[in-house]
Amino acid sequence: MAELLKVENLNVSFMSYAGEVKAVRNVSFHVNEKETLALVGESGCGKTVTSKSIMRLLGRTTAVIKEGSKIEFNGEDIVKMDKKRLAEIRGNDIAMIFQDSMTSLNPTMTVGKQIVENILNHNDIPKAQAMDRALELLKLVEIPNPEERLKVYPHQMSGGMRQRVMIAIALANNPKLLIADEPTTALDVTIQAQLMDLLGTLKERLGMSVILVTHDLGIVSDFADRVQVMYAGQVVERGTTDEIFNNPRHPYTWALLRSIPGLALEQKSKLYSLKGTPPDLLLTLSQCPFAARCDYCMPICTKQKPDETVLSDTHSTACWLLHPNAPKIDPPIGIGGQHNE
Amino acid sequence: MSNNNLYEIRNLKRYFPAKNGKVVKAVDDVTFNIARGETFSLVGESGCGKTTCGRTLLGVYPKTAGSILYNGKESSELSRAEQKEFKRQNQMIFQDPYSCLDPRMAIGTIIQEGMNVHYDYTPAERNEKVRELLYKVGLTADFASRFPHELSGGQRQRIGIARALAMNPSFIVCDEPIAALDVSIQAQVINLMIDLQQEMGLTYLFISHDLSMVRHISDRIGVMYLGSLVEVSASGPLYEKPLHPYTKALFSAIPDIGKRSTKERIRLQGEIPNPMNPPPGCKFSSRCPYVTDRCSHEAPQLQELEPDHFVACHMAAVLNK
Repeated sequence: MAELLKVENLNVSFMSYAGEVKAVRNVSFHVNEKETLALVGESGCGKTVTSKSIMRLLGRTTAVIKEGSKIEFNGEDIVKMDKKRLAEIRGNDIAMIFQDSMTSLNPTMTVGKQIVENILNHNDIPKAQAMDRALELLKLVEIPNPEERLKVYPHQMSGGMRQRVMIAIALANNPKLLIADEPTTALDVTIQAQLMDLLGTLKERLGMSVILVTHDLGIVSDFADRVQVMYAGQVVERGTTDEIFNNPRHPYTWALLRSIPGLALEQKSKLYSLKGTPPDLLLTLSQCPFAARCDYCMPICTKQKPDETVLSDTHSTACWLLHPNAPKIDPPIGIGGQHNE
Repeated sequence: MSNNNLYEIRNLKRYFPAKNGKVVKAVDDVTFNIARGETFSLVGESGCGKTTCGRTLLGVYPKTAGSILYNGKESSELSRAEQKEFKRQNQMIFQDPYSCLDPRMAIGTIIQEGMNVHYDYTPAERNEKVRELLYKVGLTADFASRFPHELSGGQRQRIGIARALAMNPSFIVCDEPIAALDVSIQAQVINLMIDLQQEMGLTYLFISHDLSMVRHISDRIGVMYLGSLVEVSASGPLYEKPLHPYTKALFSAIPDIGKRSTKERIRLQGEIPNPMNPPPGCKFSSRCPYVTDRCSHEAPQLQELEPDHFVACHMAAVLNK
């Protein structure tokens, strides 16, 4: 499989009054053609900042992509791109769906106009033809009565319908990479299921790659090919969906999986919950970022940061427990996120 | 058994006036009981009336029709003194921990506010109470002098819980208390709520659309669709064998962690209809895969298909043979 996107040593910081907030720390990963990579983690772990850096959408005054960071898309480095080339790529080769469809769509423009806008930005075609394409797109995302819906404003639509419009805008120019940042968080379960089904079929049909940013592990297990677990701006574990859910090796991944009430768990029994809070991102960490909250913390964890241990071609984990000299620990989770205890 | 019910709700209706003389039937003819010490959950899609139902119970919204018996007494006919006591005993935890706390009040003041109305404590006693409550919800005494913006979402939600507990309530409406929180924090808050329930004998009305959490915390569950209860049952049987087509679809939308689509998904077509203009007959008929002629004429009533398992569907008996 060919690599579509390659991110190397990505460091992103926010300059705040309190100092430099290092939101993304030395993150490297790649996305292959036609695959779905999920970025998972708690709020503030850097998953959204990572995905926005790929589009260079972070505010230039506050956010800094550090020297040495590399985001290679189809062989071109996005970090070094000038404005003109960026404008060509955004909404064309790389498109993004945002979490909140109410604030992401323009309330003063009809839905049709907003779709046409993105088509005309990248194609030199007559407006009427763009309008036809917009209609086609609304049909593609399965909006009922598409001819009428072209003329309505976002506030006249429901949340699920608005999210479909966002998908239509994103797909207008057949992007190679779609970044979906919490695409269904604000929606009901039934609508969420409809939308994820739709995204799945569209992804197959159009041959896109998808980066799915979410904290909903249920969606990830259904939709993603590979998963990358992030904590405090770093990748702590990565692997195929099967490896992450059925053979997780990092204590943080265990904790994430255990805090979901599984079917095997007795009613009203204690749910597993992580103690403490994530580390302050103002600090430079020389230790494992998870050490303070980890149930299996060893002396070395508070002294030195673990390197990624490669477990298979696709699976690697940054944890001292995987060091040959570390004590062997049985993960608290068995197959399929079932609770063992 | 009836004296074991804290709440008995009979044919409760709450309509809101809308444009052009139309009405939104947010809660339409709902009947259920909440037993003392149990957790009763209302689940359903947004706009199905679960929040309105909770708020109407507490008298935040006046009811349009029907009766709400609290401890066997009609809640709208209480005397002034009884009303005050009712308000003390019935508390609420809100969904958004960011907007439910006054940003200009210190945490201690927020927690004390209700106490000043209902209890004659001296200032020293009040401060002691605040300290106790903060410990109870897993925070430390120094939080009392902080302000809401200094706290994380999970901590704020704990303050919301402490504020409710300050009244020594017997009943708390928990309106999506974990929807705005991270998964790991959700587990903390749910654990706290379960502990407090066991310790203080609280009764919860838990409103949520997180179906796996609802299963974990609830004793009984009511499923709502467009203002009506379509199914009421103990939590175990409901998840093992849902009887209503809507409940089946809702539960099949819960993703299986770690297993890729092993179960057959029932995908509902379309979205929830406009509550101002619901379909005639059974409100679910416009999206139901098993719709018959009868469904679009006659609204089904809740019937006890299995012991203590009520369902409002004409086809339920046939479909669940």
